[in-house]
Amino acid sequence: MKRLLAHPVWAGVAGMALLLALGAALPRWLLFLCTMSAANGIVSLGIVLLMRGGVVSFGQGLVFAGGGYAVALMANKLGVTDALLLTFAGGVVAALMALPFAALLARYRGIFFSMLTLALSMVLYGVLVKTESLGGSDGFNMSRPTILGMRIADAWSGYVLYALAVVVSGVLAILARIYFESARGLVSLAIRENELRVEYLGASTSRVMAANFVIAAFMGGVGGALAIMALGHIEPQFSYWTTSGEFVFVSILAGHYSVFAVFVASFILELVRSFSSAYFPNTWQMVLGIFLLIVIRFLPRGIGSVWVGWQARKEGRS
Amino acid sequence: MSTLVTILVDGVSYASWLFIVALGLTLVFGVLKILNIAHGSFYAVGAYVAASFVNWFAGWQLPPWMSIIALLCAALAVAALLAPLVERGLLRVFYGRDEVLLVLVTYALFLILEDVTKLIWGANPYFVSAPYSLFGNVAVGAQTYVGYDFMLIGVAVFCGVGVWWGLNRTRIGKVVLAVIHSAEVASSMGVNISRVYTFAFMFGILLAALGGALTAPMISVQPGVSVGVVIVSFAVVIIGGLGSIQGAAIGALIVGLARALAVHTWPPAELFSIYVAMAIVLVFRPEGLFQQVQARKI
Repeated sequence: MKRLLAHPVWAGVAGMALLLALGAALPRWLLFLCTMSAANGIVSLGIVLLMRGGVVSFGQGLVFAGGGYAVALMANKLGVTDALLLTFAGGVVAALMALPFAALLARYRGIFFSMLTLALSMVLYGVLVKTESLGGSDGFNMSRPTILGMRIADAWSGYVLYALAVVVSGVLAILARIYFESARGLVSLAIRENELRVEYLGASTSRVMAANFVIAAFMGGVGGALAIMALGHIEPQFSYWTTSGEFVFVSILAGHYSVFAVFVASFILELVRSFSSAYFPNTWQMVLGIFLLIVIRFLPRGIGSVWVGWQARKEGRS
Repeated sequence: MSTLVTILVDGVSYASWLFIVALGLTLVFGVLKILNIAHGSFYAVGAYVAASFVNWFAGWQLPPWMSIIALLCAALAVAALLAPLVERGLLRVFYGRDEVLLVLVTYALFLILEDVTKLIWGANPYFVSAPYSLFGNVAVGAQTYVGYDFMLIGVAVFCGVGVWWGLNRTRIGKVVLAVIHSAEVASSMGVNISRVYTFAFMFGILLAALGGALTAPMISVQPGVSVGVVIVSFAVVIIGGLGSIQGAAIGALIVGLARALAVHTWPPAELFSIYVAMAIVLVFRPEGLFQQVQARKI
C-alpha cells in the first residue's frame, strides 16, 4: 500500500478521493474557499511550470481573465452550460490566446519576461474596462452551469462545483507531475540552471519555453473557468496586475519542488485573506505582505521544500 | 493644429511628472538591482504627506507661494525618514537574492504600505488644489493652459539634468557609477557600498515622493493612486532600458505622448495605449532603447 501511494498517480487519485469524501462534511463557506483555492491553485501551478524553466509570468491574469470571459460568454450567448465542457473550453481558449505570443516571449528571460507578460495582461484589462458590451468595469453575471446534462439543485451547487474543482485540479496536478519528470520537463530545469549549455547540447530552449508558456496558459484558462463558475460573476479585475501578483505570490510561497504544495499555498492564501478580511478588514493586505516576507526570508525555496526535504532525508537513511 | 498643440502640451506635462518618478525607479534599479514595485507606494506616501503639509501650512496663514515649499518639504521628509527605514530594516536582509524574488519582496512592501497609508490617512480623498493655481494660466495659440503644467516640465528637466550632472561630474557620482559597474571591485577599492546603497535608495525615493507631492494638487489623493503609477512607471523604464537616465526621459515622453494621443483622438484606448507602446518597443528592442546587450555567460 505504502509503495503504491509513493507513485504520484495513485497518490493523486487517493488524495482526490479523500477530498471528495471530506467535502460532504464541510460547511458551505469552507467548500467555496476550497473551490476558489483549487481554481487559483491551477493558475499558480502554471506559473510554477514556468518557474521551473527560470521565468516568472507577472501576467497570468491575461489567461485567467481570457478563460473566464470565454466561459461566461459561451454560457450566456451560446447556451453552452455543461460545466466540464466549459472548463475545458476555458483552457483551450486561453491556450489559443497565448499561442501567438508564445514564440515571441520564448526569447525573453528574467525581468523582461515578467514585464512583457504584465504588459499583455494590462492591455487586456484596458480593453475589457472600455468594452461596454461586456459590462465595462462592472463585468457581468453568469448563470449557474449544468453538469453531465443535469441541472444542479441549489443545495448541491456548492458541493458539485467543489467536486469539479477537486477532480480537475487533481488531474492537472498529476499531469503536471508527469510532465515535470518527462524529458522536456527536465530540460526546463536544465534551462533554469544554464541555458547556453542546454543549447550546445542540442535542445531548443525557445521551443521548450514556448511550450511551457502555452501549457501554463491552458492551466490559467481552466482556473479562470472554475473560478467564474464558482463566483457567478466576472469583471476586468481578473486581468489586473494585482490579481496576477497574487498568483505569483502563491507560486513563490509553494516553491517549485512539489505540485501538492501549490494547492496548499493557494489554500493558505485564501484562508489568510478571508480570515483577515473578516477580523482586520483594513489591514489584511499588510498581513499578506508580512506573511510573504517571512516566507521569503525563512523558506526561500517555498513550503514545498519542507516535505520534499523530509522525503529526501528519509530515503537517504533507509 | 490646436489639437496637435494640446496633445503635445498634455503629453509632455504628463511625461514630466512620470519622468521624475521613473528616474527614481531606474536609479534604484541601476544601483541596487531591485525593480521596486513599492515605488508607487512611495509616490502615494509623498502625495499624502504633501496634502497634510499643505493643509498645515495653510493653517499658519503663510503666503500662498509657501505651499510649493510645503510640497518640497513633504518629499524630503519621506526620503529622509521612510527610505532609510525601509532600506536598512528590510531590503538589506534580501540583498544578493534572485532578482525576481526581490521583485516579490517589494511586492510585499507594496501590500504593507498600501494598508499603512490607509491606516494613517483613512479612505477619504484629500484635495489640495491651492498650489495648482499659483502659476496662473499660459496662452498658447488660441488655447490657454495651466501654468503649473509648465512648471512641472521645468522641474523634470531640472531633475534630469541634475541627476546626470551629479552622476557624471561629481565625486560622489563617480563613486556611484563605480558601484553600478561592479559593487565587488568598488568595495575592494575602499568604497563603502552599504552607504552608497542607502544613499541611492533615499535619492530614488526622494524622486518618487517628489513626483507624488507635485501631482497631489492635480488629483484627488485617495487609496489606489499607487497601483496605477507602479505599472506606468514600469512601462517607462522598460521602454527606455532599465538603469538608463536618457532611457527614462525618452520612455516617459513616449508614454506621455501615446497616452495624450489616445485621450484626444480615441479615448477608449487611453488605458492600454501605454502598454501597446511598451510591447512594440520591446518586440524590436528586447532590452529597452538604451540598454547595452549583456554578454551571455557560459
